[in-house]
Amino acid sequence: MTQAATAEKKNPAKKTVAKAVNSLDVSDHQATVGKNFADNAKMTMRNVNVFYDDKQAIHDVSVDIAKNEVIAMIGPSGCGKSTFLRSLNRMNDTVDICRVEGQICMDGEDLYSPKLDVVELRARVGMVFQKPNPFPKSIYENVAYGPKIHGLADTRVDLDEIVENSLRKAGLWEEVKERLHQAGTGLSGGQQQRLCIARAIAVSPEVILMDEPCSALDPIATAKIEELIEELSQNFTIAIVTHSMQQAARVSHRTAYFHLGRLIEVNPTEQVFTMPEHQLTEAYITGRFG
Amino acid sequence: MQATNILILILGLGAFAFFLGRGRSLALAKPLGGIRKLHSLPSYYGLHAAMWCSLPPLFLLAMWMMFDDPLINSIVVESVADEIAPTDAASYNLLLNKISNLADGILPRKGESAVLIAAADHMEALRVISRWSLTALMLTLSGLGLLWGWSRISASFRARPVVEKVMQNILLACACLAIFTTVGIVLSVLFESIQFFRSVPIFDFVFGLEWSPQTAIREDQVGSSGSFGAVPLFVGTLLVSAVAMVVAVPVGLMSAIYLAEYASKSVRTYAKPALEILAGIPTVVYGFFAALTVAPFLRDLGASFGLSVSSESALAAGGVMGVMIIPFISSLADDVITAVPQSMRDGSLAMGATHSETVRRVIIPAALPGIVGGVMLAISRAIGETMIVVMAAGMAAKLTANPLESVTTVTVQIVTLLTGDQEFDSPKTLAAFALGLMLFTVTLLLNIFALHIVKKYREQYD
Ligand SMILES: Nc1ncnc2c1ncn2[C@@H]1O[C@H](COP(=O)(O)OP(=O)(O)OP(=O)(O)O)[C@@H](O)[C@H]1O
Ligand SMILES: [Mg+2]
Repeated sequence: MTQAATAEKKNPAKKTVAKAVNSLDVSDHQATVGKNFADNAKMTMRNVNVFYDDKQAIHDVSVDIAKNEVIAMIGPSGCGKSTFLRSLNRMNDTVDICRVEGQICMDGEDLYSPKLDVVELRARVGMVFQKPNPFPKSIYENVAYGPKIHGLADTRVDLDEIVENSLRKAGLWEEVKERLHQAGTGLSGGQQQRLCIARAIAVSPEVILMDEPCSALDPIATAKIEELIEELSQNFTIAIVTHSMQQAARVSHRTAYFHLGRLIEVNPTEQVFTMPEHQLTEAYITGRFG
Repeated sequence: MQATNILILILGLGAFAFFLGRGRSLALAKPLGGIRKLHSLPSYYGLHAAMWCSLPPLFLLAMWMMFDDPLINSIVVESVADEIAPTDAASYNLLLNKISNLADGILPRKGESAVLIAAADHMEALRVISRWSLTALMLTLSGLGLLWGWSRISASFRARPVVEKVMQNILLACACLAIFTTVGIVLSVLFESIQFFRSVPIFDFVFGLEWSPQTAIREDQVGSSGSFGAVPLFVGTLLVSAVAMVVAVPVGLMSAIYLAEYASKSVRTYAKPALEILAGIPTVVYGFFAALTVAPFLRDLGASFGLSVSSESALAAGGVMGVMIIPFISSLADDVITAVPQSMRDGSLAMGATHSETVRRVIIPAALPGIVGGVMLAISRAIGETMIVVMAAGMAAKLTANPLESVTTVTVQIVTLLTGDQEFDSPKTLAAFALGLMLFTVTLLLNIFALHIVKKYREQYD
């Protein structure tokens, strides 16, 4: 809680509140406050713990993600948002020292059961990364990558159609239709990020995970992507990590607040930003720390 | 005094000057209140004095060594010119050699003409004078330098930039030396080749289909017409290199992929150095391995299939060469594969690609330019390789694309042309230079191409 301490030094007027936050020991925290369960759950997490070696990054998180909702994850840096997100499509498998405990299900199917096919899971749960990472291939090949490896298109015409549709949904078609066969790395940062989104939706996933998708983008590109998220939420379930509370407020239906590896509060976005239930959430959104 | 002794003496004086200069600056600093009052650290004053003390004499020594022999020679030959005037360059050299050998006492003086003995004594005397005057001059220079360097030392003297500048120039001189040596080698090969192309037309050499470099020693000798068509040699080189690459590229690449992508950390720490040991085995060991183990094995194996494999075959030489080259390719490819950013892998895995799909479809294409660069370097290594082919590929210049036959390569022919007793201006000997030049050109072009590709690759992720 050093951030709170520095905030205290800078601003004596907030001293009492910061004290209160300080005195609230997070490890005492038992359960997440708010509405963390949903009726029409797409994904359910129960008592999830994630470890890097013996260091615990996620403590006992239980939450549901409803069908076709946009859930935003906010919280101070290092609180485990990315770790949590990556455990939803088992990208944590690529980190040798990472261990996941507890139960994570999608449509009632246990994601960590030995019978589950990770490759299939990742086709159903797509991911967009913080830094745009197009492959060093043409724009067309970037989008066609997923459909090709999953055999989604039998003919070239089918493939063309998938590529065009995905690029249209990602709002990139008009900008790149003339140069589909040029390198994807030659696009601007915002275009690259939308290309990565097009790439992710080309395999028609059910859930899309986004880890700070706009952190490398300017406000105009950010606005485009936010618009896109809103459109996508009609067909997809989206979990988005963001550092911008305005962004969370603009795009999400529910907001989850993480603090030091614990899920403190989940509530409808409007409520989180107007009258948060938990003191820590309030301290964070009013900018007292984090 | 001998040049080496002078050298040691001067370096010793330099070290002495260093301690003297440093000591003086320290002594100067003490009353002022510590070395922070000096402009530079004491060791810079020491170095400054040492440089003044040793660099000018060393420079003098280098100049002297370059010019004193020709000077003495011309004086001596001049002095005997009245009695025995040399008619051409060859007899001039012969005369000089004789006098010089007499002077050094290598040839017995008995029975030589008085003129020659006088000349030899003259030469000996001149050499002694030269040596002693050099010693005296160098010691004087060194002493003067030491005095000058020592006297310059004061608290405000800026020794550091001076030392820095001199250091920079010494480094520059070393770099120039390396470059000039290369240029010198290339030029000498070039000149000898031009001489060769005077007797054998360049067109016949580059495009000729027959190689039998037997030139006549006497005019009337049988089979005296040598033919110098380099094509069979280059075809042989290409064939052996191709076999080598067929072995080395797949094995090297796949082991690199395994090491970079699949191997656990502990396997990697042991397997990578173990692979690199292959590159450390002397080529002569590979050579006799190819000639004594692999070639007979291939011959017997071929016989059991009813194939006639010659006991020295391109296959044996190329195969063993391929094994030698594996570490080149695998270690370069390993580097470029690990340089592919993790985000690229994550992107592919998050799309639901398997690990091997990720390797095939994303990582290899991304690393391809670097891999090609490594393969290019390996090819130029294979083309220039000599020992293995000398021992295992054979001598017969056959124009064939069959790896089971014995072929010969450019490097093998250079070796055979230049070993044994040779006349140094016969086309046969000079042909070696022409072959060397062509080989050099080919590998140079390949290297430039490879460097170009590697550079292009670097720009991709920056
Ligand atoms: N590969 C890893 N190895 C070891 N520890 C890790 C690893 N990745 C993350 N951690 C640790 O897990 C904790 C949570 O990290 P995580 O990346 O999930 O945070 P975050 O909330 O996404 O932060 P940010 O907002 O800065 O991206 C941190 O304490 C971090 O040090
Ligand atoms: Mg993160």
